[in-house]
Amino acid sequence: MKNKAIAISDLKKTYSNGFEALKGISFEVAEGDFIALLGPNGAGKSTTIGVICSLVNKTAGSVSVFGHSIDQHLEAAKRCIGLVPQEFNFSQFETCQQIVVNQAGYYGVPRHIALERAEVVLKQLDLWDKKDSQARMLSGGMKRRLMIARALMHEPKILILDEPTAGVDIEIRRTMWTFLRELNEQGTTIVLTTHYLEEAEQLCRNIAIIDHGTIVENTSMKDLLSRLDIETFILDVDSVPNELPKLENVEYRIRDESTIEIDVPKEKALNQVFESLTEKGIRVLSMRNKSNRLEELFVQLTERAQVVDREQKNEN
Amino acid sequence: MKTKVYNKQAFIALQSILVKEITRYFRIWIQTLLPPAITMTLYFVIFGQLIGSRVGLMEGVSYMEYITPGIIMMSVITNSYSNVASSFYSAKFQRNVEELLVAPVPTLFILLGYVFGGVSRGMITGVIVTLVASQFVELQINNWAIVCFVVILTSMMFATAGLVNAVFAKSFDDISIIPTFVLTPLTYLGGVFYSIKMLPEFWQNVSLANPVLYMVNAFRYGFLGVSDIPIENAIALIIFFIVGLFSIAYYLLAKGIGIRS
Repeated sequence: MKNKAIAISDLKKTYSNGFEALKGISFEVAEGDFIALLGPNGAGKSTTIGVICSLVNKTAGSVSVFGHSIDQHLEAAKRCIGLVPQEFNFSQFETCQQIVVNQAGYYGVPRHIALERAEVVLKQLDLWDKKDSQARMLSGGMKRRLMIARALMHEPKILILDEPTAGVDIEIRRTMWTFLRELNEQGTTIVLTTHYLEEAEQLCRNIAIIDHGTIVENTSMKDLLSRLDIETFILDVDSVPNELPKLENVEYRIRDESTIEIDVPKEKALNQVFESLTEKGIRVLSMRNKSNRLEELFVQLTERAQVVDREQKNEN
Repeated sequence: MKTKVYNKQAFIALQSILVKEITRYFRIWIQTLLPPAITMTLYFVIFGQLIGSRVGLMEGVSYMEYITPGIIMMSVITNSYSNVASSFYSAKFQRNVEELLVAPVPTLFILLGYVFGGVSRGMITGVIVTLVASQFVELQINNWAIVCFVVILTSMMFATAGLVNAVFAKSFDDISIIPTFVLTPLTYLGGVFYSIKMLPEFWQNVSLANPVLYMVNAFRYGFLGVSDIPIENAIALIIFFIVGLFSIAYYLLAKGIGIRS
């Protein structure tokens, strides 16, 4: 493994109301990685990020960022991180430029340098013409980009984004993907949490899935997707026949008078499927995946974790 | 004892907090800088000119002249306190305090940034009220050093108290309770408009428990050379409160009470 950008060991967090948000998670992020931290709502993603960025006090365990323990060298650890939180947390009454320049100042960047960087970063994120606008006047997408701009002002080695594209339209989302990819290619380690699993699949090389405060999966995206042994396709057809084709291990279902759903094992060639459809005189007009591949795995993994959790509770 | 050495970056962070704070209250000057000028003008007109002209001399000076230091101090106290209380609570409420928490800003510098922000507003309103006062009365200064020393220390004390209030506040109501129900009565009963020598002995003794009395009298001493309280006692008490409140505020910020989960 390359240098560790983040190393988390047996991290636990129990809130004052007794809620156990993290039950001893451990994982590492390599320098230069682009990793997705996924999990359902309340799984512990934001708590994990909160602890790394010292917004949440941990109950037990250790966290280090580029070798700097947050217990012994918190300030050095903080300098390495740029955080893009889930919720807009800038002053709504400050201008874009004030927000990013002040943030750079908190990291010790002299004002004249901060002003130069602000121009570069705001231009990169297409916000330069809004530099004198108050944050409250920006659209949702612009506010998201402003938070990214703010996080980049001190040139962090690792960027942590907590659902950065929530509520952003597709065009802006894709622009942000391109921006993040370029940033990663330039060497910035990126940790991303998102509910858009397509986003994680498109961008990330590695993935950690957290559920009920435990890591249920931590592997490469390629490895995870390779575990998917059946894919479901939806076919739009000109008409549905009375009798569906029969092909070994392939399951056909009629959804309505012009749609057929098929489950195809990975080892099965799609040519065979089309041949069987042609034999029955079915003309396929279009075809698409029923759902995102990662989404199916995600549901499987988190459902499995819920079953284990329930069983443990019953045993207790 | 281990002494922490702060680097240049920490001072740049302090400067940034200060710039942010000053920009904030100048942006909303109609809410922050104008009201003291109007309120204090009313005090001077009503208590100073209309009623004061019938009061006669107090400690050898006109009533208007007597109340001027107290009125200036009243606006300094209120503005220093409310600036930090409202700014820090808003930062908590809007969660932009997280901008500071994720950054490598030493706790001491976060505290100093907010306190100096409050002091700067206290000083500016103090100057504004002094300029208003100068339209009604010919001001004399007995001791410039005491005037400056007392007003800065008092402002620091109340700015720090405002931060402690904001740390514990859970709603905007919580940052108006202390100014309304504690600060205002203490200020009005702190000898701004009268000398405690005018009170029966029992109430004179009760008044001595009011810290604002010491600040108003020390400030008045700087202007007029008269005070109900020995000046050394007043300065010692202000320093005692600053050290106490500063320690509490530092502890609260370092522990992340009210700002970290």
